[in-house]
Amino acid sequence: MLSYKDFDNGTVPAWCPGCGNFAILDAFKKALLELGIEPYEITLVSGIGQSSKLPHYLKCNGFNGLHGRSLPVATGISVANHKQKVIIFGGDGDTYGEGGNHLLHAFRRNPNIKLFVHNNAVYGLTKGQASPTTEFGRRTKAQPFGSLSEPLNPIAFAIAMNCSFVARSFSGSPEHLKNIMKMAINHEGFALVDILQICVSFNKVNNFEWYKKRIYEFNADYDLSDKLKAFEKSQEFDERIPLGVFYSNSRPTFEKNIPVIKDKTLVSMQNFPDITSLIC
Amino acid sequence: MNYTIRICGEAGQGIQTTGEGFSRLFSLLGYNVFSFQDYESRIRGGHNFYQITFGTDEIYAPKKFLDLLLTFDKKGLEYKNLLRDDGIAIYDADYLKKSEHDEKFINCPFRQLLNNARLKSIFENVVSFALVANILSIDRKYVYKVIYDIFAGKPEDIIEQNIKAVDIGYDFDVKRKVNLPASDSEEKILLDGVKGVGIGAIGSGCKFYSAYPMTPSTGVFQYIGTHAEKFNIVVEQAEDELSAINMAIGASFAGVRAMTGTSGGGFALMNEALSLSGMTETPIVILLSQRPGPATGFPTRTEQGELLYAIHAGHGDFPRVVFAPGDPLECVYLTNKAFDIAEKYQIPAIVLTDQHLVDSLYSYKKDLKLKLKNKDYRLRSADFENYQDYKRHKFLDFTKKIPLIPLAVPGNSRQLVFTDSDEHDEYGHITEDGEVRKRMVERRYFWKIENIRNEISLPKIYGNSDSKIVLIGFGSNLGVLKEIANNKEISVCAIHFSELFPLPLKENSNEFLKIISRSNLTICIENNASGQFQKLVESEYGFKFSHNLRKYDGRPFNYDEVLEDIYAIL
Repeated sequence: MLSYKDFDNGTVPAWCPGCGNFAILDAFKKALLELGIEPYEITLVSGIGQSSKLPHYLKCNGFNGLHGRSLPVATGISVANHKQKVIIFGGDGDTYGEGGNHLLHAFRRNPNIKLFVHNNAVYGLTKGQASPTTEFGRRTKAQPFGSLSEPLNPIAFAIAMNCSFVARSFSGSPEHLKNIMKMAINHEGFALVDILQICVSFNKVNNFEWYKKRIYEFNADYDLSDKLKAFEKSQEFDERIPLGVFYSNSRPTFEKNIPVIKDKTLVSMQNFPDITSLIC
Repeated sequence: MNYTIRICGEAGQGIQTTGEGFSRLFSLLGYNVFSFQDYESRIRGGHNFYQITFGTDEIYAPKKFLDLLLTFDKKGLEYKNLLRDDGIAIYDADYLKKSEHDEKFINCPFRQLLNNARLKSIFENVVSFALVANILSIDRKYVYKVIYDIFAGKPEDIIEQNIKAVDIGYDFDVKRKVNLPASDSEEKILLDGVKGVGIGAIGSGCKFYSAYPMTPSTGVFQYIGTHAEKFNIVVEQAEDELSAINMAIGASFAGVRAMTGTSGGGFALMNEALSLSGMTETPIVILLSQRPGPATGFPTRTEQGELLYAIHAGHGDFPRVVFAPGDPLECVYLTNKAFDIAEKYQIPAIVLTDQHLVDSLYSYKKDLKLKLKNKDYRLRSADFENYQDYKRHKFLDFTKKIPLIPLAVPGNSRQLVFTDSDEHDEYGHITEDGEVRKRMVERRYFWKIENIRNEISLPKIYGNSDSKIVLIGFGSNLGVLKEIANNKEISVCAIHFSELFPLPLKENSNEFLKIISRSNLTICIENNASGQFQKLVESEYGFKFSHNLRKYDGRPFNYDEVLEDIYAIL
């Protein structure tokens, strides 16, 4: 019988006290426990950022790679061994900034990967610069005239690209977050969960009170595969911020589309073939 | 004896297909064949040529002078200066709207003849192919066979029209005939660098190949793609080179042999992940198919300008191997060795080719049997269970020759596999500990460098090793080095390096060092401007070359010009 401590590797996280990352880690462990997934069955992939340290604080297989490159690494892992549950933890800078091109193409490929984005609308690890989700006009030391770019709306972007599972949760709503994570893990296909997260050190605007005033949990009253309805819902992000699943579809995964790995994993086929037929 | 044909015309006129047809024909007849291509970076128009040398001698390098010129464009007429005294040039004066009065020229109205036979002008290649075969007194049944081979599986009427075009070419009265000496009549097989690397990769158990298309590496990407289904390989066109290499690293981490391929510009994008492979000790093979740079350079031409880049690319200290095969067979074996060393030492391995090598065809004996070294260095399933406390990055005493802890396949056991691009401990987890860092550097850098060097083969020596003239080069200049070593005019010793980094140990390289130390005429030959190979060899072995030949016009060295250059030095 699995227990919570089976996922605990005893490392003390190097996060600021009060950081939203703790709640995300906790919700994830609980989600795995409730789904009965064992540590060796998952491979966590991450890039660079405070969020990306998460795999170090949990028992699992893992690859903590370069800034913004977790998606290609995860895609390679998932194609090589589609029996593994491949899950990415990244931040808004890692995923939407440095890794933007990969995200765009992950939407297109639809690999069976779950992408959990710790979205705190600020660069934490590099100490306070604007991120792709920072609101227009916010001043920082690196943006003396304020952030002069429109913030990215990851939910709308994902829906527009037909991402097969699109959801939003909040690090301050642990039960909701855990349930959304479970749904994402159970979903077959590429799942983006944008997790609103507070940064106690560098984001003084979008703090706990700011979110608590705005967020509300919704259960879509429309068919989740209705792109237009989902898109409409995705535009809501001012006075009221909806948490929940915005959109999902069941199109074939990237792995399912590759005939070579239809019946067996690529890992199980590792061998040295006879190449006589190639010499002619 | 050898005989050289150059076929030229605009891109889109089927120059490459005709060239390949000739290569097949001569190898079918049992001649040795070497052919290379020269083309522009455009889909249609411009000027391309395809040059084939065949004969009873062994041939490995381009020739300067031509025996037969077949041209479909006016630009090709300019090569008449390269024709030998008894050379022949064939063209269509009507189509080119230009008359040549030199008696070497044969005017064949290809388009008119095709028109008379109610065939489309696209068959002018086939007519010319047959015409040349007839001039060379080759029986038309061999041309039929090549046509049947090329068009195998195509509709009946297409084959019929091609055969009709062959007959038009044979029935044209050429008046001049060439009688070729008999070949050894044993059919040859043809390989180019693309096939060489592709066969090497597939035979080494490559299961994942990701790339972004970039000339001249794309051929290998497509070759592996063509054979993906049969050999259970996943081939993915990544969104960019950053993704291509990171995907391959992911696949390798998960337990399969993985490769990526690119050219200079793409390799520049891969540099960060090259370091990632070094840091996480994830094996990966990278094909770096050079073209002239910097930036996007001369996209379809040749250069050896990335040797020092391949050796130094990536940030931080980590070992890698760099192999530069000299011909298609070396492409097979060194790609195989790259996979083996990458897996054995958990490092990135670079296979350095160039446009000239990947696009050139070499002939080999039909009974060519390849022996590859294939050993699985990974822990899988049951054997993985025996490691009760699996430490993926276990410390190693770098003064001892104990092997690395094998890589384990995640998910194959309850043991966990973890790694990190940050400095990490023995389990692969982040650390800030200075002592751990020191021991990791000793494992990752010193231990590997020390051991890898012992695996590197010595350079090959050709020609007269007592000669005072020593010509030294690497990679795709193997052909020209071998031919110069075989020349009957002057005695030359040629030394060829194909395993370039790390270079072979000094104490084991005695023969090479002995040869160069007693020669006062040491010539370094390479296709770049800055003498990268010369710098590498001089700094590693501590001697100075007396001369160098450097070519950087985007074209390969040819036999005749190298011989002329050696005479100029003498």
